[in-house]
Amino acid sequence: MIESHRRFTPLQRLLHWLIAVCVLMMLFIGVGMVSTVKPKYLPLVTIHKSLGITILVLALIRLAVRLRYGAPPLPADMPEPMKLAAYLSHYALYVLMIGMPLIGWAMLSAAAYPIVLVGGLRLPPILPQSDRLHALLWDAHFFLAFAFFALILMHVAAALFHALVRRDGVFETMASVSTREEVAPAE
Amino acid sequence: MPPSRLSPARSVVLSVVFIAAIIAGAAAAFAYTAGAFSPKRLTPNRMVDAFRSPSGVPLGHRRNHAKGICFTGVFEANGAGSEVSKAEVFPRGRYPALGRFNLGTPDPNAPDATVRVRGMGLQISTPDGQEWRTAMIDPPVFPVSTPQAFYELLLASSSKDPDAMKTFASAHPEIAGFGEWAKSAPWTSSYAQDRFNGLNAFIFVDNSGAEHAVRWSLLPAAQVVPVSQEELAKRGPDFLEQEIADRVRSGPARWTMVVTIANPGDPTADPSKAWPADRRTIKVGTLIVQQIEAERDGPCRDTNFDPTVLPTGIQTSDDPFPAARSSAYAKSYDRRTAEASDYPRSATVAKP
Ligand code: HEM
Ligand code: HEM
Ligand code: HEM
Repeated sequence: MIESHRRFTPLQRLLHWLIAVCVLMMLFIGVGMVSTVKPKYLPLVTIHKSLGITILVLALIRLAVRLRYGAPPLPADMPEPMKLAAYLSHYALYVLMIGMPLIGWAMLSAAAYPIVLVGGLRLPPILPQSDRLHALLWDAHFFLAFAFFALILMHVAAALFHALVRRDGVFETMASVSTREEVAPAE
Repeated sequence: MPPSRLSPARSVVLSVVFIAAIIAGAAAAFAYTAGAFSPKRLTPNRMVDAFRSPSGVPLGHRRNHAKGICFTGVFEANGAGSEVSKAEVFPRGRYPALGRFNLGTPDPNAPDATVRVRGMGLQISTPDGQEWRTAMIDPPVFPVSTPQAFYELLLASSSKDPDAMKTFASAHPEIAGFGEWAKSAPWTSSYAQDRFNGLNAFIFVDNSGAEHAVRWSLLPAAQVVPVSQEELAKRGPDFLEQEIADRVRSGPARWTMVVTIANPGDPTADPSKAWPADRRTIKVGTLIVQQIEAERDGPCRDTNFDPTVLPTGIQTSDDPFPAARSSAYAKSYDRRTAEASDYPRSATVAKP
């Protein structure tokens, strides 16, 4: 194999951090908006829908970029189970980044709510009206939101573990400010 | 292979504690945002829980205005509304309408004559696929000034304390206006004779971008024939639904939609305060109800008449109710759609 890159490409890093900020905001806005009856409820819901669809678009671009450019290899001395956990959790994060907005969109479609985003932009329904589908998708959106948050917490813990404890260069593959290039080349 | 560069034990412990603190902090912030540490925060869940039906939780039904019947028809705009709003429901023309006549009770089995407040949910569709949804009631004012006060009213009215309502009324004197109406307004024996008022204030935006604070009402074309509550009770528990179905079968029922324009300074944030009677009104069109269908199989059943579903040209105002209603109606909708098997369509029942 020729010269395996040591970091994610700048575009991948940009998308990672942009989406990271958006997703965290989404989770907080989500649980915040459904626990208030105050006037801020309405703008929060509009932001939630708009930011969620933005994430969908960014995540699809990110997926395409990932398929094109791949990822730097994990350190060879990382235990196999840990590598597997990394692969599976990244896989799950991609599924959720793309799945959650689609579920939200489908849930509103099944309830026959018009889907109006910031600036009056309107999305077409992607499902016919159906009480059962609405209930199913509501459950999915709800439970997956909490699974998403839990997974992100694990992901952040793992990233920090790499950065502070293992100091194996994994954190630097994504941390854009880093200038460290001392990771050994892949064998 | 890079050498594993594990740090000394002490710094590992410190790092792990640091990581744990970050994760715990993030989890706590999340729980706080979700209201986990705020047992007093008025949430849509608490609001909806406060509707107590005497016959138990009405599974599959709306948590308020639970008894109702669907209608379809058209809204025939006369063009006059275009002066104050660019919404695509106002240019002269006919727009499909879907709605629901209902009783203001959390009990889907309440006898008609036991319910003072009647309502109408209405959805008008524009040619470009937008919707205007509204839910209106027949009193001229709302009983309370704020969503929080409405929550307290719900608690007081279902309280076991015999003085709860008295205590509430002395803390919320604004309820007198509604009380006056409830005592003195005539009862009718038909939804077609009832006037339905939007009560909440919204903003109309006209073609020049100018904003007008408005409220709207539907005025019945049918002559109001007062009937006593006792007389209505004698006609049977579901008389209103039979009556409107019979009436519409022999010809459409009509209401004139009237928009009232606020003067500067009129209270827009408080639906318990009527605007002075001399305010400018505009007749914008006629609602023509052409067909009645039972709720179970009708098109209104799975519709949420969320008053914040508005076409371009109509916006919410500083009235805090529409946002609170939107949050509570969504919660009620979430619950009732999750209970669909407790209130199945009759086609589903008939299937083997
Ligand atoms: C990354 C994407 C998304 C995330 C992480 C997310 C997260 C959440 C969370 C945490 C909640 C609160 C759940 C609860 O506590 O009840 C929520 C609710 C909601 N989300 Fe999303 N969401 C996403 C995308 C979307 C999109 C794209 C839409 C619509 C276009 C949407 C529509 C909704 C709605 C309508 C609710 C309220 C549901 C209800 O209780 O009626 N979400 N979301
Ligand atoms: C905010 C704190 C976050 C930190 C510190 C962080 C850190 C990292 C690091 C260091 C990597 C590189 C791992 C490797 O080399 O394989 C990474 C990858 C990844 N992160 Fe994050 N991340 C954060 C938030 C998020 C969020 C919120 C998401 C979910 C939307 C996310 C999704 C991903 C995915 C999917 C990968 C794998 C990249 C790929 O293979 O294309 N991250 N993250
Ligand atoms: C904060 C105050 C209010 C709360 C919490 C509240 C709550 C509710 C709930 C939970 C429903 C059932 C929604 C559904 O499942 O689709 C409902 C329906 C209804 N409400 Fe309200 N409401 C409030 C204020 C008002 C006001 C001010 C009006 C009238 C101007 C009104 C008129 C109606 C009508 C007519 C319906 C029946 C709509 C239909 O047929 O689906 N409500 N309300």
